Amino acid sequence: MSQSLDAYLVLSGILFAIGTFGFLARRNAISMLMSIELMLNAVNLAIVAFGAFIPKLATAGSVIALMVIAVAAAEATVGLAIVIAIYRNRKTPLVDEYDAMRR
Amino acid sequence: MPRGLLTILGSLALLGALVALPLGLVLVGLITFGDDVLFFVLAEVLILSGLLVVTMRDIIRCGLAMIVCFGALAGIYVIAGAPLVAAAQVLVYIGAISVLILFAIMLTQTKDAPAALVFQTQALAAAAAAVVLAIVIALTVGATDWGAAGERIHTATAQLAEVLFNQYVLPFEVVSVLLLAAVVGGVFLAKREEGGPS
Repeated sequence: MSQSLDAYLVLSGILFAIGTFGFLARRNAISMLMSIELMLNAVNLAIVAFGAFIPKLATAGSVIALMVIAVAAAEATVGLAIVIAIYRNRKTPLVDEYDAMRR
Repeated sequence: MPRGLLTILGSLALLGALVALPLGLVLVGLITFGDDVLFFVLAEVLILSGLLVVTMRDIIRCGLAMIVCFGALAGIYVIAGAPLVAAAQVLVYIGAISVLILFAIMLTQTKDAPAALVFQTQALAAAAAAVVLAIVIALTVGATDWGAAGERIHTATAQLAEVLFNQYVLPFEVVSVLLLAAVVGGVFLAKREEGGPS
């Protein structure tokens, strides 16, 4: 099982689906950011799995995964800063109450 | 019986079930002993904690479940033969991003937040879409010939450094500039304005 690419890819797909559900269904902006982190991790798992099983990608897989981790860190920093800035103005972390552009 | 004791007993029972399932599969002969059992247990922990992240009511517990999820994923990276990525996962995700998210939760939590509704009205449709997505990905993975080798290829750290600092040195530097820009942007966005509302 741990010797087949399919197991890793299916696991990655399940984790990505969980993240998708969280992003679509949660009301809290930080919960949505956490779901995005889950999805990024799922993609990273797929990249590492490809690197581990396809000879052409042997080391490139790990390099790309490291780059994705760094970019995800940047994304988390800016995303959380935006959430905190919005929270300071609207006093709520719930995204369905951010309706200033609908009224 | 006190509630704390019940929680501990329940967690122990769950842990036992998580370990017993792959051992049962070994006995049946579906998987072999060794890495497979470890992979199975880590995959179970990963999926369960991922589900807890998106379903639990109390958002601070969601954050803690997310740390468990990242830890299990680091273990899977080790099994996949990428120890440096696993180390980066522990350092960056468990060490930095989780702490960042926990701090953001504490900064934005209101008194009535846990009591309010957790899910949007489209939660059921979202769940259906997620299940369909998982099934489609699984079917696609099963139907595609990836040209994969039968054996895992272990990525040695020295070899990885060689590639990272020769072939990929420009992306590496660009990422460092990106991180700097993100830090400056984050500080600018989150800082209080002079004389503005506190």
